[in-house]
Amino acid sequence: MEKDHKAKEGIKGWINPAKYGKFGIERFAWILMRITGLGLLAYFIGHIYETSNILSGEAAWNSMLELTQTTEGHIFLALVIGMCVFHTGNGIRLMLVQMGYGLGKPARPDYPYKPQSLNMKGKACIYATIGIAALAMWYGVTVMFG
Amino acid sequence: MLMRESIVMKIHYGTALGAVFLTVIHIMMRMTQDFHESLEYENVLANYEMIGYAILLELLLILISVHGFNGLRVILLEIRQGATYEKGVTYGCIAAMAILIAYGTRTILMANMGMV
Amino acid sequence: MRTTNPKISEEKSETIVSSTKSIKLRIKRSNPEVNSEERFDDFIVPIEKWTTVLDALLDAKSHLDHSIGIRYSCRQASCGSCGMKINGKPSLACFTKISDLDSDTITVEPMDNFPIVRDLAVNFTRMFNNHKKVMPYVIRDDSEITSDSGVKETLQTPEDVEKYIQFSSCIKCGLCNSACPTMAMDTSFIGPQALAQAYRYIADNRDEGKKNRLKVIDESHGIWRCHAAGSCSQVCPKGVDPAMGIQMLRSYLLGIRD
Repeated sequence: MEKDHKAKEGIKGWINPAKYGKFGIERFAWILMRITGLGLLAYFIGHIYETSNILSGEAAWNSMLELTQTTEGHIFLALVIGMCVFHTGNGIRLMLVQMGYGLGKPARPDYPYKPQSLNMKGKACIYATIGIAALAMWYGVTVMFG
Repeated sequence: MLMRESIVMKIHYGTALGAVFLTVIHIMMRMTQDFHESLEYENVLANYEMIGYAILLELLLILISVHGFNGLRVILLEIRQGATYEKGVTYGCIAAMAILIAYGTRTILMANMGMV
Repeated sequence: MRTTNPKISEEKSETIVSSTKSIKLRIKRSNPEVNSEERFDDFIVPIEKWTTVLDALLDAKSHLDHSIGIRYSCRQASCGSCGMKINGKPSLACFTKISDLDSDTITVEPMDNFPIVRDLAVNFTRMFNNHKKVMPYVIRDDSEITSDSGVKETLQTPEDVEKYIQFSSCIKCGLCNSACPTMAMDTSFIGPQALAQAYRYIADNRDEGKKNRLKVIDESHGIWRCHAAGSCSQVCPKGVDPAMGIQMLRSYLLGIRD
């Protein structure tokens, strides 16, 4: 008999792009939340190390800036801005949903059994968050590239 | 179990909201001057020497470390299960949190006290 | 003299009675009790506009390969037996019309996140155990019928019923557990089916077991490993909307609701 621990789809269930066509935008928001969360944590650790160079004097600080204030550095930072805005916006949406807001009211289900909780309000919030993140990235790029 | 999961998640949500608020202030500080000017050594050091800003940075460090490493713990617990592994992940994340907070606090304290 | 009915004698033999459309049915075959081999077998099956995936599977089983392992019963989306992955999405075979799938190749696989018994039949033990953990019955002190109490009803208004009736539609088909991204990796996760049923009983005003149920789900592989991806509600064939139930349940633990 199949062992219990093998009875899971595994990492394919997370990263298979075909899944995201079959399920709604909410699932895409879920995986994006994970990716941005991990990305932001990695950036945060790097940022704490990078800013500690202030203790090593002006020369060390300037050589650190030479590394980060480059075209690649600016593009990376723009990505970080996008990740941060998406993670924040979607996080706020999730907090509201998980407190029971925006889910609709329970009712006797009827054909075609469309789920109330996956409503246009929630989908619109996700698309808006992605849009605002893109706008923030664009603004960041204009500031950084002068 | 160290504490109930609902308490951990309330902390997770609380740190998220606090971190958002403080991050907005942190970023707006960069916009009080020209972006590139605000990154110059003297200007950055001046920020650290302001006690209010140093407290903001310290709070931000703690909030984001707690939120980030708890998020990592959640992802790692979903990837694999088992009593030893789960204990290892939990204590590992707490240790990583503590190390990062200690390292960042060192920077803030020393910069604030002019020990550069 | 009697005249014969001309209409009957004029009936032609080439009158068309069925369509000639066929589809390719790809069935994932495996038998874990024998070996770990997995393969896809293809069958060409004739279909009509109303043919369901279950009809096609039983057609293949009857005429082409008797060894196809499949579980089914009511054929009307009431029993929850025929859950499987159809073209990558967990669905009930009896409730999925081939004409709605818009494809000439229908790929049928066993549900994810369940141990396979054989071919399309999976083992539900874990799901049923998780379901039992949340005590899926009304808990109250005076539920026993005694000689003193006699038989009595616990009355509810239509508004009281409306609060939980949606979640009581669950047919335990397991599609939600199959679709859930957390269940894809976390074998200890209690699952959207059990969580939705926990809410069903907590929302029922006849029930007095809220504290005990909340204690069961308030752990590291309980309700907190749900991240509102919504895939469970997307695939539920009965409109249970487990995602709604789980988030409403969470609001109890967050202290938003009493």
